[in-house]
Amino acid sequence: MTSASQTRTPAGGALAPPAGLRPGARAASRRAETRRKWYEIIGLTTPAVLIYVLFVLVPMGFAFYYSLFRWRGVGPPTEYVGFRNYTLAFQDPIFLDALRNNAIIVFGSLLIQAPVALGIALLLNRRFRGRSAFRLLVFVPYVLAEVTVGIMWKLILTDGGTLDALLRSVGLGGLVQAWLADLDVVIWTLLFVLTWKYVGFAIILLLAGLSNVPPELNEAAEIDGASWWQIQRHVTLPLLGPTIRIWMFLSMIGSLQVFDMVWVTSVPAVRSLGASATMATYMVDNGFFARLWGYGNAVAVILFAISFVAALLFQRFLLSRDIEGAITRKGK
Amino acid sequence: MAMKRRAGAVLALFVTSALLASACTSGGDDEKAAESELFKNPVTLTWWHNASQDGPGKTYWEKVAKDFSAAHPTVKIEIEAIETNQLQRTRLPAALLSNDPPDIFQAWGGGEMREQVEADYLKDITDQVKSEVADIGSASEIWQVEGKQYGLPFRMGIEGIWYNKDMFARAGISAPPTTFEELNAAVTKLKAINVVPIALGAGDKWPAAHWWYNFALRACSVDTLKKATKDRTFDDPCFVKAGQDLKAFIDTKPFQNNFIATPGQNDPTSANGMLANGKAAMELMGDWNRGTLDTVATDKAALGKFLGWFPVPAISGSAGDPKAALGGGDGFACSKNAPAECVEFLKYIVSPEVQKGYAATGTGLPVAKGAADGVTDPALKSILESTASATYVQLWLDTAFGSTVGTAMNDAIVAIFAGNGTPEKVVSAMKAAASK
Repeated sequence: MTSASQTRTPAGGALAPPAGLRPGARAASRRAETRRKWYEIIGLTTPAVLIYVLFVLVPMGFAFYYSLFRWRGVGPPTEYVGFRNYTLAFQDPIFLDALRNNAIIVFGSLLIQAPVALGIALLLNRRFRGRSAFRLLVFVPYVLAEVTVGIMWKLILTDGGTLDALLRSVGLGGLVQAWLADLDVVIWTLLFVLTWKYVGFAIILLLAGLSNVPPELNEAAEIDGASWWQIQRHVTLPLLGPTIRIWMFLSMIGSLQVFDMVWVTSVPAVRSLGASATMATYMVDNGFFARLWGYGNAVAVILFAISFVAALLFQRFLLSRDIEGAITRKGK
Repeated sequence: MAMKRRAGAVLALFVTSALLASACTSGGDDEKAAESELFKNPVTLTWWHNASQDGPGKTYWEKVAKDFSAAHPTVKIEIEAIETNQLQRTRLPAALLSNDPPDIFQAWGGGEMREQVEADYLKDITDQVKSEVADIGSASEIWQVEGKQYGLPFRMGIEGIWYNKDMFARAGISAPPTTFEELNAAVTKLKAINVVPIALGAGDKWPAAHWWYNFALRACSVDTLKKATKDRTFDDPCFVKAGQDLKAFIDTKPFQNNFIATPGQNDPTSANGMLANGKAAMELMGDWNRGTLDTVATDKAALGKFLGWFPVPAISGSAGDPKAALGGGDGFACSKNAPAECVEFLKYIVSPEVQKGYAATGTGLPVAKGAADGVTDPALKSILESTASATYVQLWLDTAFGSTVGTAMNDAIVAIFAGNGTPEKVVSAMKAAASK
């Protein structure tokens, strides 16, 4: 970066006095260079920062501001209520249901996807005929749009749909459920569909991580007489650590904000009864449909705060080793 | 500092262009435009309606716009057909807030319109539409706030029970039920011939909530309902009674299995799909159902033959007026700064000739006098007759109370259907929402 700037900006160089002519000239030229560096940083980042500020930070500020009002979205907000919307949210049993559902999806995703993805990734990492075809099959659900997947599963799981017909045809008619309507079942159905959709992503990441494991280590372990299982357990897995942690991070944030799949697959009644609501669907149902704009903004802020805190904690305690160097600290 | 100034410049640019844009759309508009000024300057009217699905409704509005432009060459009409929920929940509120609203748009009347008027979004058209209001009659009251007219309906009808005459005959039901005792008896008879007595699209919430509305209409006096609409207080015990009556009715199990997952309309697995395709004997729904049944029926000719309609039965010994009906309509309103031509176009939409053509599309019942001749379907004709003989038409309660109370009310009613709500919780949810 610095050397490139030196060769690319002759104007700055020409302005700087020749080195060694008088005392302090070296320091002056270094100052000029620092200034040049800052101009460059400002020049290159300003457009991005502007867009970020205008479309991310400013709306976030507005969301917080509006969340302090009792506001129906008609006319400007005038009725300031402080943090009343926040207390109301935590008193609403449906919002607490939504929180619980988000927690189920976060932990369910981590606990189910991790072992499944790891197993499949380890299998696919070996050489065998048709390996690329298998890999492709695994990735397909992840590549599909979430809404498409949602509609597809809705058709499969609907009352009297494909799954019910299949179960009946193999004599398991007793298992038939209202998969998307039974208030106790729907969240697990959703978890299954989300797992089906996103396990491919975990596998992609893990395979990328596996390709970074040097084969010599495995060979060495093999020569030492370690079994396949021992090699995976003591050599491969520890080296996959960073990849697994990054995946956990992305999965957690995605699970907290899940919206599309729930919106598409579950009917409004089941959602509003709390059985399949998530924080994001709760926000839209209240903000837009009940026209509680101030309240909807409060829910948005809560969702943001929870995601943000979760991300910070995760970075602080689990990701810190992996991102060493990515964050510059003073004095290093 | 430099960055701050640049951000300021960008903002200023946005604001200026927004101002320019709004100045353009409201160009040449004067609140009291003289008659002679009308149709002098070229104007473009933007029109948002909710006939978004391809069909006779959508095509007809295109024709209406074209005809109006042909008669008044200075007026260009730009139509945007938007799905109801998107239109009413997101597009319109945002457009009204941003000061760049469409000129003429879908307006449901009731609580939502009251809020729009309070925010000064709508054009007061009281003086210009006096003769139209006289022609339409009491239905136009829904589009009034504090005695002033802010919009006009083009469709209005009451709700009742759509039924399959063939199934009724097979079950040995001689005449449509007029009381809930008779309805319960009919349900039992229909179960005996192994058909679903009543299809219900509780998945969309409002079709289920409408059952509660009808029980409320039977349990509450007209005065109580009028007072509740205005004050949003729901202390009268009749609101709890409505939930108790509903619970008793649900306990007779008149609906199909899994009604919590069934959508209301527009697809073959929905409640009106069940009625249209001979899988259920009855469905509670408004006058627009004739059009939606048609779109999901696999055999339209058969549907036309077996389809009948009767008003919601009375409950003996209740406070409510047995001849009162629940209903509503669709209307249009002009935004505050729309050009004067907007009102002219609105008047054209509700004129008898346009209304007759609308009636002929079969998508809803017209409101203008004389347009009733356009109605040919027998089921729709019986709705027209019942609407005429109804002593009082109560607007759908969720529309009347406004979306905030309406949504909370519908959610709490659906909870009763799902088996985890109570009649009392409906009322407390309504009260809580009114204060939110």
